[in-house]
Amino acid sequence: MTTEILIAGFGGQGILFAGKFLANKGLLEGRHLSWLPSYGPEMRGGTANCSVVLSDDPVGSPIVNTPDVLIVMNLPSLDKYESAVVPGGKVFVDSTLIGRPVERADLTPFYVPATRLAQENGVPGLANMIMVGKVLRECDFTSFDGIEDAVRSVVSAKHPEMLDVNLKALRLGYDYQD
Amino acid sequence: MGKKVLMKGNEAIAEAAIRAGCRHYFGYPITPQTELAAYMAKRMPKIGGTFLQAESEIAAINMVYGVAATGRRVMTSSSSPGVSLKQEGISYIAGSDLPCLIVNVQRGGPGLGGIQPSQSDYFQATKGGGHGDYHLIVLAPSSVQEMADLTGLAFDLADKYLVPSMLLADGTIGQMMEPVELAEGREPVFTEKDWAVTGTKGARKHHIVNSLYLVPEELEAKNFERFARYAEIEKNEVRYESFMMEDAEYCVVAFGIAARISKNAVVAARKEGLKVGLIRPITLWPFPKQVLADAAKHVKGFLSVELSMGQMVEDVKLAIDCSRKVALCRRTGGMIMSPDEVLEQIRLLAGGDNA
Repeated sequence: MTTEILIAGFGGQGILFAGKFLANKGLLEGRHLSWLPSYGPEMRGGTANCSVVLSDDPVGSPIVNTPDVLIVMNLPSLDKYESAVVPGGKVFVDSTLIGRPVERADLTPFYVPATRLAQENGVPGLANMIMVGKVLRECDFTSFDGIEDAVRSVVSAKHPEMLDVNLKALRLGYDYQD
Repeated sequence: MGKKVLMKGNEAIAEAAIRAGCRHYFGYPITPQTELAAYMAKRMPKIGGTFLQAESEIAAINMVYGVAATGRRVMTSSSSPGVSLKQEGISYIAGSDLPCLIVNVQRGGPGLGGIQPSQSDYFQATKGGGHGDYHLIVLAPSSVQEMADLTGLAFDLADKYLVPSMLLADGTIGQMMEPVELAEGREPVFTEKDWAVTGTKGARKHHIVNSLYLVPEELEAKNFERFARYAEIEKNEVRYESFMMEDAEYCVVAFGIAARISKNAVVAARKEGLKVGLIRPITLWPFPKQVLADAAKHVKGFLSVELSMGQMVEDVKLAIDCSRKVALCRRTGGMIMSPDEVLEQIRLLAGGDNA
């Protein structure tokens, strides 16, 4: 099985970090994978996106043109990538920041007010990981098991306190129901 | 070999170079290879090596020339506009028969171009780039694992044949992360070389490293001697990957990131019943000429897939002596073709033949 994931939003939302977490999760499960960031002149407030491919076989193209799973954290990203998702694909929308629903009827949307949840639960700036938590709940390309090791491999050794807050954010997303 | 770790392609080159015994790095920052220089800046001082951010790319390549003359492993890295600046120094290093590694993580050109991935320095890398009769050994990694493996190989081949090596990567492979298994670290490579300028201590006649030969007979003899070594390289060091070629009627030729995209297209074409395979040159010089010539005996047509206006396609035509149709699938300026675009070209090539 090959899963192509595209994560998109503003720079500063932790788009690349969310992708790194999924990549490390795949690595710990011994899977083939690639992680590719956009590296244009993006900075805080600009657009950022990140392609992650997880597969049982060696990864061909690391560039995700037609995602199976789309995670969007701003409206321009939903506008840009909704049409690219494969029929039957899943779209995860941060509904705090995106006011419109997914238009295509052949996609399965999940709306998570991740930015609001992050603020209300004392994990500001971790809406990205709340979104990922929901993905872990709704997709079967990976599981919730082993998330602690995966988080540990992406948080900086200088900031061990980030481990618990990231786990809390993942759990918030995983447990969130519409 | 250790366990697999996630690394960016640029970082994998840096770590692999250190493990290959390189302790001297000279460079000047440029996107999209800066992680390589940053990694060296962090690591080299801790292991007794040299990291120096030179005042320019030209200065950096001449520092490489200097260290190479002492017989120690040395490298520089840059991206397309920066590699253009290095060409004079590269020609001098080639003319002095010195080993070193030059990394080009290509971006779109010409001129300052853009910062997105490209393969449009193929001509520059494989046909000289600088002035005079010379070649570089040119290796084209297509994964983060190969960024590491081919870095070690590039140093070994440079030392073996006394020819500068170039790793011709692109922004995608440089920026992406994949699991990579790194080779065991080696001690710094410094074997006594009978040409290296290391100080005589009065014990022997001094060596001279030089690319100036004012007597034309001498320069001609020197060039013939060098090309005899090139012939050995062409005989011994061709490397390529062959994918689904056993029963192929059509052959895609692509290297680096374009080969990754092409692989998806070949798999998709096979599902449609099209008998397509892929030959991926790993060495761009020496180019796998004979491999393509042999393939031409069995296939009806070739498709060169490149992130340029079409450069390698000329070598494909030369390799098969224009005996088959050679189509071209190209994007340029930092744009990247999708697997679907390659698939469409495969269909056209196959359909045009059946019509």
